[in-house]
Amino acid sequence: MIDVQQVTKRYGQHTALDRVTFRVAKGEVLAFLGPNGAGKTTTMRILTCFMPATEGSAQVAGFDCADQPLEVKRRVGYLPETPPVYQELTVTEYLTFVGHLRGLGGKKLSAVMDREAQRLGLGQVRHRLIGHLSRGFRQRVGLAQALLHDPEVLILDEPTVGLDPKQIIEIRELIKSLAGSHSVILSTHILPEATAVCQRVVIISNGRIVAEDTPEQLSARLRHSEKVSVTVKYPPVDGAERFKSVAGVQNVFTTGTTGTYILECSLGHDAREEIARLIVTQGWGLLELKSISMTLEDVFLQLTQHEENLSPDGEPATGRHTTRLTESKEQSV
Amino acid sequence: MTPVTTMVAKELRSYFVSPVVYVVGAVFLFIVGLLSYLYIVFAGAQAIQLMQMQGGMAQLNLNDLVFRNLFSSIRFVLLLTLPILTMRLFAEERKLRTFEFLMTSPVGIHEIVAGKFMSVFLVFLGLLGLTGLIPLVLSLFSEFDWYPILTGYLGLALLGALFLSVGVLASALTENQIVAAFLSFGILLLFWLLAGLGSLMGDTALGQAVSYLSFMEHFDHFVRGLIDTKDLVYFLSGLVLMLFLTHRVVEAVRWK
Repeated sequence: MIDVQQVTKRYGQHTALDRVTFRVAKGEVLAFLGPNGAGKTTTMRILTCFMPATEGSAQVAGFDCADQPLEVKRRVGYLPETPPVYQELTVTEYLTFVGHLRGLGGKKLSAVMDREAQRLGLGQVRHRLIGHLSRGFRQRVGLAQALLHDPEVLILDEPTVGLDPKQIIEIRELIKSLAGSHSVILSTHILPEATAVCQRVVIISNGRIVAEDTPEQLSARLRHSEKVSVTVKYPPVDGAERFKSVAGVQNVFTTGTTGTYILECSLGHDAREEIARLIVTQGWGLLELKSISMTLEDVFLQLTQHEENLSPDGEPATGRHTTRLTESKEQSV
Repeated sequence: MTPVTTMVAKELRSYFVSPVVYVVGAVFLFIVGLLSYLYIVFAGAQAIQLMQMQGGMAQLNLNDLVFRNLFSSIRFVLLLTLPILTMRLFAEERKLRTFEFLMTSPVGIHEIVAGKFMSVFLVFLGLLGLTGLIPLVLSLFSEFDWYPILTGYLGLALLGALFLSVGVLASALTENQIVAAFLSFGILLLFWLLAGLGSLMGDTALGQAVSYLSFMEHFDHFVRGLIDTKDLVYFLSGLVLMLFLTHRVVEAVRWK
């Protein structure tokens, strides 16, 4: 449904997108993850024919964005970062305007407006000026605008920003319900959102795609090793070396807290039993032993920070690793 | 509804819910009303003078004494008010990020430009129409020739359309409304002054060309009751050029 091939976008000297290639199948929900300024919005603007790509081709629903923009625009619903609403209009007036621009009218238009008002909970604000609505309602009006003509392709730039937790869940449910019949691209930097809603994740950093896979596989692929966090009451002076002597433990990191170590074990080798035995036989006083799984957050940080951490000779800079590990979400055994 | 009428309807709605149209309209009508009052009183004073000199009823030429002066003055009032009406058209869309929505709607840029121009032109025609009360009321009390007044109004409509198209272009060039208004004041004043520059250059080819570029002479013909194809061509081609440039500017904004 969406086919992006080697798309490059340059603003003067600055390269915003560098040979980006990805596809979205019909009915698939794809998340665009990346830090601010990574190129998410630029990609979306190219796909919605707002701006042309410098190089490469982008196709939506079988039409080229550069050659047949009108055909593409008809089939795409787009919610930009800032909801594109006119504050001086009421919700109904605004949606009527959008519907007319989309070529809808008469009974058909009032029917789809009712549907969206129902779906997005706009019922009680239909006759209020958009300028008087809260950020959350404006966001929902923006979403209604994108969904109004029931487009084949939906492009949503951070659709849940400004919504309260309950609304976020509702919108996620809505997006999930659209999967199957609609192709959706959404950008976000809320990672649980990507895991909750999307079948596939594209991680973009500095204008380049650094990873593309399902959320589960992404974390699996990047987990080179199992990690175990250990806290003991009476740490020995040479604790790090002693832990390293356990079979299967590859690396030992000390953390800021005395007595807490992060042990990196080789993949598929559960060393927890050995570690526990060592601690107990040595009488170090085992307080806690748990394995750390890598969440999408870690994957994301690892992938997007990788480039920033490169030292001039191309070697990853050290020193950040430990902090990042201690920040990871921990899973108790 | 076609995209253009949709745009016109939306823009008119936006105009009439904002206070700008009411303030601009009130000021415009007040100034025009005051000017016509002054010209009529002045004409009356001249009539009394004439009566004293000739000792009888003197026939007053309201066309010369009131309307020609009034139309020339309205020209200046339009220069000051119309940029305020046009400044929001594109600048506001860009500022409030609705520009991206318009550009990703299945509507051509020419339709957007046409819709925006036509909406503000309709607002202007409404205001101009209200000033029609002045000759209507005057016709109850005195006699004058309607023909130059109608051509004068045609001239004002064309002049206003040209001013508005310059304003639309200025609005597309920036996302700051104040800058857009000042830009159109600047462009319009420049074209005003070209008339002076042209006459300074004398009767040379260059001088004539420079004078031709200014709207002053072309508008003057209409006020004097002349409808010349040359003047019609001047206004309509200027209008089309400005809207075409607006189209190009809007197109180019997307590439940034």
